[in-house]
Amino acid sequence: MAQHDNRPDRTRRLMLKGSLAGIGLSLTGLWQRARAAADAAIWPKDAFAQKAEADAIKTLYGKDAEASDQVKLDAPEIAENGAVVPIAVSSALPNVTSIAILVSENPNPLAASYKIPAGTSAMVANRLKMAKTSKVIALVESNGKIYSATKEVKVTVGGCGG
Amino acid sequence: MPSTIRVRATAGGDTTEVQALVQHPMDSGFVKDASGNLIPPHHIEVLEFEHGGKAVFTALWGPAVAKDPYVKFSFKGAQKGDDLTVSWVDNKGQSDSLVAKIQ
Repeated sequence: MAQHDNRPDRTRRLMLKGSLAGIGLSLTGLWQRARAAADAAIWPKDAFAQKAEADAIKTLYGKDAEASDQVKLDAPEIAENGAVVPIAVSSALPNVTSIAILVSENPNPLAASYKIPAGTSAMVANRLKMAKTSKVIALVESNGKIYSATKEVKVTVGGCGG
Repeated sequence: MPSTIRVRATAGGDTTEVQALVQHPMDSGFVKDASGNLIPPHHIEVLEFEHGGKAVFTALWGPAVAKDPYVKFSFKGAQKGDDLTVSWVDNKGQSDSLVAKIQ
């Protein structure tokens, strides 16, 4: 009889143990997910919202850029389709911590910004949209200073539609 | 559902070259649909690559990045067989992630 009375308790204890372990597991899962996932909070909203290239550069870095032949910007002379313009930036400058690309004539010039941690090469290739013929500006942050290279890209068909 | 992320990471010597393609409309917010209404902006904001618990490359993207974005970069310190975690989040809070093996 006493044994019978004990049973529900034991079951409850087992269930409790089980669910606690479950909570522990799902918390670990959540933590790992959160840690591994891209975090939208780091997105520099203000810099992307600027309408002039100089303002975008100032907002992104808090300082102006100086032209440098150490920044290599690969972009086509003529882009037949402004919706997909291949652009690559690289630099031999030391301690590069970020690279950014701006398209002057786009409604918002800042197109992309890349964080380059130690151990990652100062090189990135991507594809951007260009509304019309425009200057493309590559920025490289090296030892805390901002260096730039500029190239004019002629666009035959704009990439912003409408 | 298949992943939106396709990534190829190749280790050669001490440098790993990474190429990734993400399926995403990257709507700029400046394009009109067939009935003349503006299609609201819908673009990836952050795309991150992690190796060994550390971010090796972070892309911060505006709506001027082309549809179905492509990116290429390279980093040091990884070996063939290591995991590379790729994740993105967009301006609508949608996200995806993938763990790829370095080849």
